[in-house]
Amino acid sequence: MQLAVLSGFVLAAFAPLLQRWCAARTSLVLALYPAALALWLLTQLPAVMGGEVLVFSLEWVPSLGMSLTFVLDGLSMLFALLITVIGTFVLIYAGGYLKGHPDLVRFHVVIVAFMVSMLGLVLADGLMTLFVFWELTSITSYLLIGFNHTDLEARKSARQGLFVTVGGGLALMAGLVMLAIAGDSWSLQELLSSGDVLRDHALYLPMLLCLLGGAFTKSAQFPFHFWLPNAMAAPTPVSAYLHSATMVKAGIYLLARLHPGLGGTEAWIGILSVVGALTMFTGAFLALRHTNIKKLLAYSTIMALGTLTMLLGIGTEGALIAFVTFLLAHSLYKGALFMIAGILDHETGTKDVTAMGGLRRLMPVTALVACIAALSLAGVPPLFGFIGKELMFESVLEAGSFRAIIFLLSFSAAIFTIAVAAIVVLRPFFGERRETPKAAHEAPSAMLAGPVGLAILSLLFGLVPVLAGTGLLTAAASAVAGESLSVSLSLWHGINLPLIMSLISLALGYLLFRHWDRVRGNLSRLDPLFAHGPEAGYENLMDGIVRISEWQTRVLQNGYMRNYIMVMVVVLIALVGNSLLLRHAPAFAISFDVQFHEAVVTGLMVAGALFACISRSRLGAVASVGIMGFCIALTFILFSAPDLGITQLLVETLTVILLILVLFRLPRFASLSTPLERVRDLVVAGSMGVLIMLLILTVVASNQFVPVSGYMIENSVPLAHGRNIVNVILVDYRALDTLGEIFVLALAAIGVIAMLKLRAPKPEAKGAGKGQGAKESADG
Amino acid sequence: MEPLMALAIGLLYATAIYMMLRRSIVKLVIGLMLLSNAANLLIFTSAGMTRGAPPLIPEGALAPAGQVADPLPQALVLTAIVIAFGVLAFAVVLIRRAYEIVKADDLDKMKDTDT
Repeated sequence: MQLAVLSGFVLAAFAPLLQRWCAARTSLVLALYPAALALWLLTQLPAVMGGEVLVFSLEWVPSLGMSLTFVLDGLSMLFALLITVIGTFVLIYAGGYLKGHPDLVRFHVVIVAFMVSMLGLVLADGLMTLFVFWELTSITSYLLIGFNHTDLEARKSARQGLFVTVGGGLALMAGLVMLAIAGDSWSLQELLSSGDVLRDHALYLPMLLCLLGGAFTKSAQFPFHFWLPNAMAAPTPVSAYLHSATMVKAGIYLLARLHPGLGGTEAWIGILSVVGALTMFTGAFLALRHTNIKKLLAYSTIMALGTLTMLLGIGTEGALIAFVTFLLAHSLYKGALFMIAGILDHETGTKDVTAMGGLRRLMPVTALVACIAALSLAGVPPLFGFIGKELMFESVLEAGSFRAIIFLLSFSAAIFTIAVAAIVVLRPFFGERRETPKAAHEAPSAMLAGPVGLAILSLLFGLVPVLAGTGLLTAAASAVAGESLSVSLSLWHGINLPLIMSLISLALGYLLFRHWDRVRGNLSRLDPLFAHGPEAGYENLMDGIVRISEWQTRVLQNGYMRNYIMVMVVVLIALVGNSLLLRHAPAFAISFDVQFHEAVVTGLMVAGALFACISRSRLGAVASVGIMGFCIALTFILFSAPDLGITQLLVETLTVILLILVLFRLPRFASLSTPLERVRDLVVAGSMGVLIMLLILTVVASNQFVPVSGYMIENSVPLAHGRNIVNVILVDYRALDTLGEIFVLALAAIGVIAMLKLRAPKPEAKGAGKGQGAKESADG
Repeated sequence: MEPLMALAIGLLYATAIYMMLRRSIVKLVIGLMLLSNAANLLIFTSAGMTRGAPPLIPEGALAPAGQVADPLPQALVLTAIVIAFGVLAFAVVLIRRAYEIVKADDLDKMKDTDT
């Protein structure tokens, strides 16, 4: 199972090769992959419908208790089937839509990778597996939205989608970690079967808010809904797949998945049903402002996502059945409608519904399919959408809390949606014939296969609800509920309140459609209001981040060397000083076991350093640093480190010679700083000195660990055959370090020679072109 | 001995940081030298100081006679001394080179790469 799914990534990697072998038929060949997976899923369907949960386990990081486990229950099955079936249609469709596109290869690679990510997401059992696939869908969808990367608008939209969903992803990760802490497991199955443990945990609310942050951004819930319509910059097959049927439903999937463990509390019901209803209303209402067919559909997708969230929030048995039904219905009709929008765009050259008209004679099949899908969207019998809508109304009526608000919002959303459905199909296909930028004709069969297939399913499930109802949807609803439910769908519920609501909304929706042009005109007066919407908030946030980073670059990365040093030193003093003085009780062992000659050497050493600081002559400074170095060598020798003493002597001699050689080519000491700056630097340097002193005293007083060198001392002669233990360490125990050291010295030497050999440009060359001369010498 | 050394190393660090905060490039070099020496002494002292017991094994013996100074910090410091010299040589030549081209002894005037 894992192999079957993950092999998709391999397939994606080989897509460019396939393109070479199969040329124009690549899309069809690639479509075999989701089709095969769908068939395999169908063979598992009887077991899943029987209430079985199929587990495919594979060890991943056993030491961390993580495994790459896939679980196939009703909910996963429903999603996996939607992903593979619609994926098959979309790939076939894309072969027609993007025919001859120079970047078709890239499209294939990314969309197959996306498909696999999405499958992994809905099948994953481990929280981290889920998270990895979740982020993969964000990244692949970024690449897909920005497919037309030469278009500024597409890039901007892609970035917006990425920021919103990945920002939510961060919240999700925090939520998942809390979930694992609360439930003490990384496996979804174990977590969800733990009863009320999660609901009663102290972390419940923060955990829920973080998880909802992830789900709401991904599923474009209010106020994060703005990225979805912008994502319509993607090619239409992408919109049909990602932004109707799959990716945006990832958030919904997560909510449904977590419902048995987290759902049913006051916070869950309150947040989900109100946010869902608000999203539903916002989506349907904002749709009416647009004439671009893809935007119309995108906003109606937001409406549907809101509906699904709201139903999960209500959470009654009826609501959960409505949830799975609506989910299936929406994926079927929205996929079809988006593909039809693509056909219209492809064949007529415009996306503006007001610019099209009377196309039904030219494109009869498309028109018929569009009618079926739109009727399902509007919720007209005998289509599957009607069943979904009836169940939705029923659940709204039985909602426990916030019933009035939810009812009002969802009823008006239903009216707007019906108007949208009418606009999408009646405007382009009926009415008088209008001239379009391209001469319209029927779409090629590759592009029709998808919409036709999906529309047939809509009609079939509507006419014979048993086909979808008893089996798959029961299993899915049971998985969401966490207990066994029985679903029996029927087209005719008798004359009841939901039916009356349907009829009223149909009438009002049609009325709204008739007066759409006028309504849209009036709505445009509200435009200034939308300038302050959530999207403006997003823009302000982004600008703010840029301003903050500009500010901090200006302050911290200002190019002044001493500022960098100052910042580092001050931070070091603050951090180390804090833990030294406040968190570690200072205990110093002050002993004055000092012999006279040692004190003299140390005093000379310090005097050398101090004189180097105050000397006004360069030679004096170098000489006094040399004195300090020789005193250090003496200290090494006095305290049992003869090798160090010898090395220090050698190096100090070389250093002084080097400095003297170079010194007279260097500038004289200049007095550049003001007294105030000196005082400030003295304070900083002095604090650093005090800190280091305290640090050494503390370290010496608290000798906590046994030295690790015991082994080296013992084995120096028996194993390494050397009597000088320091040398043995350098050339034997830590030989690789010494090798590295040699490399560093060699590199430094090469650098020194290179810089000394390169001649500076002559003054007259500089006069001609100062910048150029320096550049040439640097290149040379 | 350690408290006296701690005081001395503290002073070396203070002088090193003070010199590195100056704008004159030669003072930066001096600061760098002071800092590397101070850091070597820091490691050396932190491991504890032992008089007259170098980590050597006498001829014919398998292990040193009695307690000797810890050889590991010494090996570390030895590496550090050599590396510090390499870095210093590179830095000095680099600064000399920069000075030849930029003709500025003030670090603040070296902000531009296009001189």
